[in-house]
Amino acid sequence: MSKPIYTIAVTGLNAIDSPGPGVAVIRGLREAASFDVRIVGLAYESLEPGIYMHELVDITYLIPYPTAGVDVLLDRLTYIHSREKIDIIIPNFDAELYSFMKLEAKLRDSGIHMFLPTFQQFEERHKVNLSAFGERYGIDVPEGISISDSSEIHKHADKLDFPMMIKGKWYDAYVAYNIEQARTYFNKIAAKWGLPVILQKFVHGTEYNVTGLGDGEGNVIAAVPMRKQFITDKGKAWAGISIDDKKLLDLTTRFVGATKWRGGFELEMMKLSDGRYFLMEINPRIPAWVYLAVGVGQNIPEALALLALGQKPEPYKTYDVGKLFIRYSWDMIVDRSEFENFSVKGEL
Amino acid sequence: MEKKHYERPHIVRLDAGMPSKAGIRSEQLPTTHIDGIAVTELIEKYGSPLFVLSEKTIRSVYQKAYKAFSTRYPKVQFAWSYKTNYLSAVCNIFHQEGSWAEVVSGFEYEKAIGNGVDPKKIIFNGPAKTWDELVLATENSSLIHIDHLDELYMLIEVAETTSQKPRVAIRVNMDTGIYPMWDRFGFNYENGQAWDALNKIMHSGKLELMGLHTHIGTFIMSANAYAVAASKLAELARSLQQKFNHQLKYIDLGGGFASKNTLKGSYLPGSDTNPSFNEYAEAISSALINSHFTPGELPLLILETGRALIDEAGYILSTVIANKRMSTGRRATIIDAGVSLLFTSFWYQHQVSVAQGTSQYREDTSLYGPLCMNIDCIRESINLPLLNVNDHVVIHQTGAYNLTQWMQFIHLRPNVVLIDEKGEVHIVREKEKLSDVNGPELLPEHLAKIN
Amino acid sequence: MKINHNLAVSESGFLFNPGSGESFTVNPIGAEIIAMLRSGKSRAEIIDSITQLYQVDRNSFEKDLQDFNGILKTYNLLEKDE
Repeated sequence: MSKPIYTIAVTGLNAIDSPGPGVAVIRGLREAASFDVRIVGLAYESLEPGIYMHELVDITYLIPYPTAGVDVLLDRLTYIHSREKIDIIIPNFDAELYSFMKLEAKLRDSGIHMFLPTFQQFEERHKVNLSAFGERYGIDVPEGISISDSSEIHKHADKLDFPMMIKGKWYDAYVAYNIEQARTYFNKIAAKWGLPVILQKFVHGTEYNVTGLGDGEGNVIAAVPMRKQFITDKGKAWAGISIDDKKLLDLTTRFVGATKWRGGFELEMMKLSDGRYFLMEINPRIPAWVYLAVGVGQNIPEALALLALGQKPEPYKTYDVGKLFIRYSWDMIVDRSEFENFSVKGEL
Repeated sequence: MEKKHYERPHIVRLDAGMPSKAGIRSEQLPTTHIDGIAVTELIEKYGSPLFVLSEKTIRSVYQKAYKAFSTRYPKVQFAWSYKTNYLSAVCNIFHQEGSWAEVVSGFEYEKAIGNGVDPKKIIFNGPAKTWDELVLATENSSLIHIDHLDELYMLIEVAETTSQKPRVAIRVNMDTGIYPMWDRFGFNYENGQAWDALNKIMHSGKLELMGLHTHIGTFIMSANAYAVAASKLAELARSLQQKFNHQLKYIDLGGGFASKNTLKGSYLPGSDTNPSFNEYAEAISSALINSHFTPGELPLLILETGRALIDEAGYILSTVIANKRMSTGRRATIIDAGVSLLFTSFWYQHQVSVAQGTSQYREDTSLYGPLCMNIDCIRESINLPLLNVNDHVVIHQTGAYNLTQWMQFIHLRPNVVLIDEKGEVHIVREKEKLSDVNGPELLPEHLAKIN
Repeated sequence: MKINHNLAVSESGFLFNPGSGESFTVNPIGAEIIAMLRSGKSRAEIIDSITQLYQVDRNSFEKDLQDFNGILKTYNLLEKDE
């Protein structure tokens, strides 16, 4: 029986040393058992490496930044859709999710499917609201406060103590060891990602992550826990290993069950020396290391695509434990004309 | 041979980076017309810069807001916040639509009376009412919202001298989870000040307690904060009912709804993220309906929202005076509308579009006003098409606060026009003349001559 | 005003400076001016030719040309010897 062919648009093609998840998601989709794909890349910048990976991405279009507003984005997507007949979009950046969520109904009307968290899920798991989230669902989270003025750091310094995490609403996190550093990071983050900025109690421990997929009705469709083996100076995993940890999986099941999480997610956990887990962050999308999940038997991008189309994929129950992912950089040789084409025309 | 359309030569370096808010690729369409009237025509006729107000937008936004609340709650009353925009033409559109007046000074009070508002439908807010103003408002049976204890005691004294009993509410401040908490106005809820004040009013027997008022802040991006505020006021109302068997006539949730402008420092545009009237209405109505009030007892819900009702209806049309380059090679464009007209540019990234067709080329520009002052910057960074001298630009969503907080500084203030629903243009405030500024001045005789 | 001799603007308005590795985009009129500079035309010749072809008066274009020249200089696209 021949497999259906879906056209799937994917963002996050910046496979750099702090990579976006796009390329990993595409690899998962290309290996899907239940369908074949045509991949439409959606890029914000002309140097996103995925644009030039022609074996993975069939065609790429430039799209406007979220700051331009949803109307501008919708115009561009409508144009791309008229050329490419997109079945599914998988957005992979935190900062763009809000815009895609806003457009979900409109895009569905024109035949484009997505499988995204609800606004409520998106908001309540937000770094800014994480403390309340932990309380509501009985999950340990580090104490955190969001502030809009650097003078407030002083006020909270006693309670949170140094070192202290300074985090941006969308991206970036720094460890500050004193109030001067905290102020510097506050300004750096506020300039780039806006307000508020989050101050968070620093938790010592080992980092574990879970990537998974919720079906929106409280069921876990996929979940793979991973221990970071090697971390870059930006805090990203450069290597990690799939592990068998019942506590982590239980926590994930509880999280998905309680929130009825819809879509892909990544839970960033910190394991304390006494064995307790603290939930540090909930990313409302597939992480860049998702190919590990694919490699150990849970093709999260494939299952997400099926959910988007309204199908009910079988939940993955098992995965290979003890498999590593080791990331590597790869220098592509690209002709200037390709860069020129994409820069000028916004298509390649 | 016909000459080709000219666009100035332009070259820009491709600096690739990862998504950041710096490189906004906005493809703003030109705004060539407002309510069907050409921008160039407006400027030709009424000068540049020019404030333009759309009556059509004012009415449709008001009706949308009213509908959002009235479909969810049985008794709703809007009161137009004079300080947001007290041009009489604007006030009267709101009054025609059914709004009461909400004023915060004797001057605004007089203005409302002058506009023909029934004094019983004027809400007198603010921390600085004088004895005479309180007497007048009392005799007129206006609604007086008490801000502090000194005012409460003064009003009890006023009541001894007037033929009418003052009709009052107290302003309550509270923690609704919003930072900063506006606790400088009114009586605090959490520490019991508000309850004390209500007891004093009830025991005095001199004042007629009509309602409760709060105003939790400005540009509130969370609809839920209003639900918290409504619940807290409902709690106070319940205590009054239990202790004094006193039924309040209204609950006034003030204003503070965000307009669709984008605050500086926001990553996403306000038009995407700021709550809609429906979201505010849903939060407030459910909080009141789910409180202890029985359906028959539900008090009148008063709303004093200003910004969200009028921002969208205001435009400033402006003209390019000069293009220049900063020392770094950065493009700067000077237009004839500055911060003296656009006070809100200090906290908004105002949307600015061009008024004529353009090519697809854009450059990152700093947009400056005409004042000889370093602070006169409309946008520090905005992607604009290649503008020529005498081209026009349109600054959007300028209807709130600018026509009250603007100042005559360095330049005289321009015409303000209103486009009515039929597309007729009316000057609603004439551009200033030298005599408007010199008129009130008095020159001592010894300074009359300079040589 | 002399432009680096090895600069070329492609039809799409893409300019690559092989000396510095920098890339630029140019609008059509900018590309036209760069082409004229490459062919050794003088400032006066450029002004003549553009004002004949386009709806622009001499003064306005002279100003814009000066500005364009300035930005080419900022981007190090002009020969240093001038």
